[in-house]
Amino acid sequence: MQQIFNFVIKNKTFLLFLLLFSIALALTIQSHSYHRSKFINSANGLTGGIYGTFNSAGQYFNLKDENAILAEENKFLREQLLNSISTKDSSYVDTSYSKGKYRISTAQVYKNSYSLTNNYLTINKGKNDSIKEDFGVITSKGILGIINNTSNNYSTVLSILNKKSSINAMLKSTDHMGSLKWNGDSPHFAQLDDVSKFAPVKVGDTIITGGQSVIFPKGINIGVIESFETDIGGDTYTIQVKLFNDMTNVGTVYILENRDRAEIKMLENSTNE
Amino acid sequence: MNNVAVTHIVRFIVLLLVQVVVCNHINFLGYINPYIYIIFIFLFPIRENRLALLLISFLLGMLVDMFSDSGGVHAAAALCLAYARPILLKTSFGMLYEHHSIKFSNTEVGRLITYITFGTILHHFILFSLEIFNISNILLILKKTLFSSISTIILSVLIIILFSRNKK
Repeated sequence: MQQIFNFVIKNKTFLLFLLLFSIALALTIQSHSYHRSKFINSANGLTGGIYGTFNSAGQYFNLKDENAILAEENKFLREQLLNSISTKDSSYVDTSYSKGKYRISTAQVYKNSYSLTNNYLTINKGKNDSIKEDFGVITSKGILGIINNTSNNYSTVLSILNKKSSINAMLKSTDHMGSLKWNGDSPHFAQLDDVSKFAPVKVGDTIITGGQSVIFPKGINIGVIESFETDIGGDTYTIQVKLFNDMTNVGTVYILENRDRAEIKMLENSTNE
Repeated sequence: MNNVAVTHIVRFIVLLLVQVVVCNHINFLGYINPYIYIIFIFLFPIRENRLALLLISFLLGMLVDMFSDSGGVHAAAALCLAYARPILLKTSFGMLYEHHSIKFSNTEVGRLITYITFGTILHHFILFSLEIFNISNILLILKKTLFSSISTIILSVLIIILFSRNKK
């Protein structure tokens, strides 16, 4: 017994180092393996409050950009409105919005990162605004990510620039599905994997969300095809997608809640059993 | 003594805030960020308890992790740096360290730079290895380590020199 005590006291620095290092390593591995980083994340009062304070000062520098983005979006919406009155082209208008299936709320981005391999954003809406995990997040230009953790007033968003992100997407022209991933390289490009080799892929075609999950409705813009190559197996294409969204400059975002989500989940669960 | 404690608490908070609010968002050339919060670990008093340094470094790293949603990578890297600090001090300051008589405010700049360079490279290598967590991306790890280290070293040396000369 005495010897054990002596050993502990003699090596106390090393033992403390080992203990703390294994905690840190466990947290790191946990953050690499699961979608939710349960313990250490920036959706809490302390980090949210500090980011909020500095964000409100920094906001003024981006007002010009924000204005330009808003004006552009207004133009787009106005065009859609006028065209829908004159032509009634129902294939173009996204009916999922008009049915009121999605509840939309806005939020400000408090923290954005795009240079790491697993990027997250922090936004200023949380449980008190009835934001829950797995809601979709978009901007006026395109898709941004999925809500990952929520606290009372803040949430973190798993960005599409994250190796853990995988989003159902398809070619706008032909409905061939694939999954949108990120290889960690450039914040302006994402990769669309597992597209059937029978799909007529052309450089410059638009990629939109596929609508197979309950998170995003069908038809939200993602980007255009920059280049593509066949897989090693030769059965599928891997497509390099240039994102519409400038992920390095995100101010205001929209959060989408699918009102039928609970019903769909329940149905899927009962089918699986 | 109390005065010294206050200085270090203020330094802890200021460096943490500057790191998470400013330095994490520089993204020079897309990915180069300086990690200046490790200055706190460099300048921690030498005669203080090593256990205290380990605990405080871990806490500092953990807070940076919390702000940047990165799991525990900063905590692990800061902890390693704190643990390796005596060896770094011995290699770069030699006899001075044996006598416990280093004052960071008036040492030779050359030795200070050696000390910070070795420490920064160690910290950044562990940081990016854990962040990328994939041995097949070793080139990416080395690239990020090299360029971020350069920016951290330059900034750290400048900050240390600027703020220590003021006090005279």
